[in-house]
Amino acid sequence: MTPPPDIDLTERPATDAGPPAPPLLTGGRGGRGDQVFRGVALLAGLVVLGVLALIAWSTTKEAWPAFKVAGVSFVTTNDWVPEEKKYGALAFIYGTLLSSLIALVIAVPVSVGIALFATEAAPRRLRKQVVYVMDLLAAVPSVVYGLWGLIVLAPNIRPVYQAIADATNGIPVLGSIFGGEASGKSFMTAGIILAIMMTPIVTSLSREVIATVPRSQREAAYGMGATRWEMIRYSVLPWSRGGITGSVMLGLGRAMGETIAVALVIGSTAQITSHVFFPGDAMAAVIVNQFGEADSLHKSALIGLGVVLFVMTILVNVAARSVITRLDRRTQGA
Amino acid sequence: MSDSATTRDTEATRLLLEVTVSRSRRVRDRLATWWMYGSFVVVVIPLGFILFYVVQKGLPELLTRGWFTQDIPAVSRKPGGGMAPAIVGTLVITLGASLMAVPLGILGAIYLHEYGGGGRLSRLIRFMADVMTGVPSIVMGLFIFTVFTLRFGLMGFGGALALACLMLPIVIRSTEEMLRLVPDELRQGSYALGNRKWRTIVTVVLPAALGGIVSGVMLAVARAAGETAPLLFTIGAARKINPSLFDGPNTALSMQIFSNAQTPYAAAQARAWGAALTLVGLVFLLTVVARIVSARFSLKHA
Repeated sequence: MTPPPDIDLTERPATDAGPPAPPLLTGGRGGRGDQVFRGVALLAGLVVLGVLALIAWSTTKEAWPAFKVAGVSFVTTNDWVPEEKKYGALAFIYGTLLSSLIALVIAVPVSVGIALFATEAAPRRLRKQVVYVMDLLAAVPSVVYGLWGLIVLAPNIRPVYQAIADATNGIPVLGSIFGGEASGKSFMTAGIILAIMMTPIVTSLSREVIATVPRSQREAAYGMGATRWEMIRYSVLPWSRGGITGSVMLGLGRAMGETIAVALVIGSTAQITSHVFFPGDAMAAVIVNQFGEADSLHKSALIGLGVVLFVMTILVNVAARSVITRLDRRTQGA
Repeated sequence: MSDSATTRDTEATRLLLEVTVSRSRRVRDRLATWWMYGSFVVVVIPLGFILFYVVQKGLPELLTRGWFTQDIPAVSRKPGGGMAPAIVGTLVITLGASLMAVPLGILGAIYLHEYGGGGRLSRLIRFMADVMTGVPSIVMGLFIFTVFTLRFGLMGFGGALALACLMLPIVIRSTEEMLRLVPDELRQGSYALGNRKWRTIVTVVLPAALGGIVSGVMLAVARAAGETAPLLFTIGAARKINPSLFDGPNTALSMQIFSNAQTPYAAAQARAWGAALTLVGLVFLLTVVARIVSARFSLKHA
């Protein structure tokens, strides 16, 4: 679809015969109106660029004192002792990545499953309801997920964790991932809550992509005697792989930036460990938990954490958007 | 999208497959079906759990006298008091954010679709708006803290600014999608009647897309109303109703949930559940009204 051409009616093309004809429309109020309206709309659009630039500039400026004190050790060491002016955020970066990774491992199969359910498997009456449930899931505020995770999920799921931990203790690889003394507030609980929050995002985008698979592709697979799963496996998934990848990365960006729910359930213990049932800490959670009683350099370091988080999420989002934009062009055939 | 004819054909095909397809292929097909149904069930269960707990634990609070009218008690471990300041705070802060983000967002979308088209600048703005939707809400809070709160102090307006930053890209992108659905014939008809471009946009294009725009805006408002992180460093704390955005610190439902959830006291936790039910009710109301508006006024695809 193309926008309407800018037809300029204020001038008539010069002709050879006779004096120049008067313009079809005279300038006056209407013409200025167009100029002004276009200008205002353009300004509104430019606000987006302005705000993004201002975010990068102002937070980096506030964080600079801490960056100067810590240098590269800000992201390479895990000594975070504000009293001694030591700001090594590696454990928080690790916690953010690990909890997001757990969320990804749980949410991706489920989200793609629901997207396929809503497009391929569900009875027609149910398909609209699936979308509706996803909307509800997306609408629940993150602090409510955090409240539920803290008061209901964390205490009740600890025995389950401990059972898994006891079963895997001593087994070489599994033991170092699941073993040990399990905690209700942990990387895993944060990952589960994040997975619940990520699912509607990944599902709705994947569903849209899957819906663009041409009917002829499906019919062709069925025509060759494929079962429904073989049709999905060889017609639907290859076609939508790019879009699903993009949506998963968007979900990842969302999970990395999620603050309140993680702050409530991750356990606020800075450590780098392979054990997913141990408590940990994440960048956004640290900012929330320490900002209130921080002195000026400590505050600056916390804003520095925000800058690192901003850069990480921007990178993930830009990558996701480039995947999706490329895909848009392909499906539009341009 | 497949229609009912395909579904019926699929069923016929499946019956045929039952007798002609080898056992292992049938088993794999079955497993895949279980996976798809199972995924949906797996998500419905926690959602059901969460809503059940929010209603079960929150409802008694809402039914106490003064929940909607009284101030927040100074000592959070004692029962009693209400949530009125947080309800008022959430409403005025979200309203303030909407007043800033909605007009800007709609104008920006008009530029992107009606003026910019596929040009380089509009592609850049569109891309950056997409990127901006991914900026974590805590970063928006820190941003407003550095540019506003450090200079002017804690007040509702700071929170409104941070929420407006979150809403802006959502409003831009959803409005642009709606403008895209307005058929070009409408615009050409308006030009043919001698209307200028700006009049065409204001009197023809916007009214045609209004249902979709309103519904997108309401979803953005619902998202903003539930946010906590942007408010933490910008609005401070308050226990009395403060209807002003500019006069002193304020509070919000999400902030009350966050602070009360972290205390070990039963009365405070009950207050958190009550605030959660109030907030979820508000957000679902906005979401449902948005769905109804978009269903009632949706443009048929041209």
